Amino acid sequence: MESPKVEVQVTEEAETRGLGRPIALGREATERHVEHRAKVFEARDVTVSYGGAPAVRDIELDIFKNNITALIGPSGCGKSTLIRCFNRMNDLVPSALVEGTILYHGEDLYGPKVDPVQVRKLIGMVFQKPNPFPKSIYENVAFGPKLLGMDDVDDRVRQALERAALWDEVKDRLDSNAFGMSGGQQQRLCIARCLAVDPDVILMDEPCSALDPISTGKIEDLMLDLKDRYSIVIVTHNMQQAARISDMTAFLIVELDSSEKHRTGRIVEYDDTQKIFTNPADQRTEDYVSGKVG
Amino acid sequence: MSRRRDPVGSARSQIAVSSARSVTQEMLSEQPRRDLIRNTIFASLLFLAIAIALIGLVVLITDSIVKGWSAFDLGLITNGTSSFPEDAGLRSAIIGTLWIIGIVIALIVPIGVGAAVFLEEYANKESRISRLIEVNIQNLAAVPSIIYGLLGLAFIARSPLNLGFVVLTASITLTLLVLPTVILAGREAIRAVPPSIREGSLALGATQWQTIRRQVLPAAIPGIATGVILAVSRAIGETAPLVPLGAATFVTFNPNGPLSEFTAMPLQIFNWVKQPQPEFQALAAAGIVVLLVLLLALNAFAIVIRNRFEQRW
Repeated sequence: MESPKVEVQVTEEAETRGLGRPIALGREATERHVEHRAKVFEARDVTVSYGGAPAVRDIELDIFKNNITALIGPSGCGKSTLIRCFNRMNDLVPSALVEGTILYHGEDLYGPKVDPVQVRKLIGMVFQKPNPFPKSIYENVAFGPKLLGMDDVDDRVRQALERAALWDEVKDRLDSNAFGMSGGQQQRLCIARCLAVDPDVILMDEPCSALDPISTGKIEDLMLDLKDRYSIVIVTHNMQQAARISDMTAFLIVELDSSEKHRTGRIVEYDDTQKIFTNPADQRTEDYVSGKVG
Repeated sequence: MSRRRDPVGSARSQIAVSSARSVTQEMLSEQPRRDLIRNTIFASLLFLAIAIALIGLVVLITDSIVKGWSAFDLGLITNGTSSFPEDAGLRSAIIGTLWIIGIVIALIVPIGVGAAVFLEEYANKESRISRLIEVNIQNLAAVPSIIYGLLGLAFIARSPLNLGFVVLTASITLTLLVLPTVILAGREAIRAVPPSIREGSLALGATQWQTIRRQVLPAAIPGIATGVILAVSRAIGETAPLVPLGAATFVTFNPNGPLSEFTAMPLQIFNWVKQPQPEFQALAAAGIVVLLVLLLALNAFAIVIRNRFEQRW
């Protein structure tokens, strides 16, 4: 998908703010897009620490509507920590502390009146390892709608399975246990489960890392279909995957602190995926995407 | 081993190959005598250990069956208590045991599961208090049962609860006795449900309680049920805690409710053993067989449940 190229008026704010302050950014890219696409999330100066040790710091990131945004970077750079901020899954870790601001459609996601349970109804998540419930295929997808007291559960289940491109494979065995499906089917079931409550955003934390290439291909096709309706953020280890499907890519690195005890992730560069992979502004990005490191 | 003819190999290389092979085979097949003897000794010792454990059980069962053979008839189960051996049976004791155990189940399931859920899902596991509680539950599971009997006598049969020597007193006492087992088994079953299931549920906007109620507990039920059945089978066989609670009295009626006086199977057997007449000895032996069959059936049921419904993640 090509983002609309609109003539730009660079505002003062955009120029000074940029994205990721300490980092050299593709400035033209920032100017080109930031002001003209609806933002779903705006992360400002976000630092997440576990028990006082920062896992990611100084995150500045705008996630745009109906885009696929990829977070890439080496192991331990805090990609998963970062994506879990967006649906407040980090709240479940008692020692985790999220500092800074994350705006969701302009509202403070961590505001005092915001209930994390409500947040997660709007912002769905798909995990690294398929985690179907030990129930029937139907019950897996129906769980969300039933929870929210929706009345057209059967229709929603069917619709979600259709959107997840799974309906034809499972329509004759909706009552059989989800554990009998293949890994790829299980992961698409988890996506369907997430779609059944009609979220606004889908967060995917390395959704294909446990899958074979064919299942991976199916899920990538599915994501491209889904982005018309949903905004998607994906963490991936697979640079080719980021290059194939995402519109925007953030590259994170991991740094050791002075005592060399704690590893902290930081965004080096955030830009159009095409630019990140063909003409990155930062040498470290280029080394990583060209396979020289990492 | 079949010898393959190698058309290109020279005679010399064939000799080299075959001698190398025989040396290797020799090294592999050579087992020092000392190792062989040691192995045999250790295997025999280990076999002896399991044999001693099994011999005790086999002797008990055969002895009971042989001695109790004359007492096996329908009357053993349908007759009530009597001072004449030919009229004596386990009826009152069986009914008493059923009442006691029914109430024990009604008490241990909600209390045990509730405690397990709290400790696993809500309590901060790092805190000192919850570690203290954990250690204490494990210790409670090891407290001798007579202590619980005296506790029941002092606090439940007498004031403050002042229930007297009735079924409910026995049930509460046995509940306290087996509750640690249920809590430990429940925690184990709940812990076996992988965190990814909880995450999946929470990520859909379920509250913590909805996640526990609709995902964690259903997945943990087989493990919890196994723990409950094993706890019940222990409670059925316990004699010592019931002795101070007055259950050993001569009961000629059928216990008919929580506030009825009672006797129970192990105590009835205990009573018979104390009688001088050999007929009562035979009745006691037959009673032991009935009790053992009941316990083995319950344990088998627990194993069936575990194997049938166990969720492999």
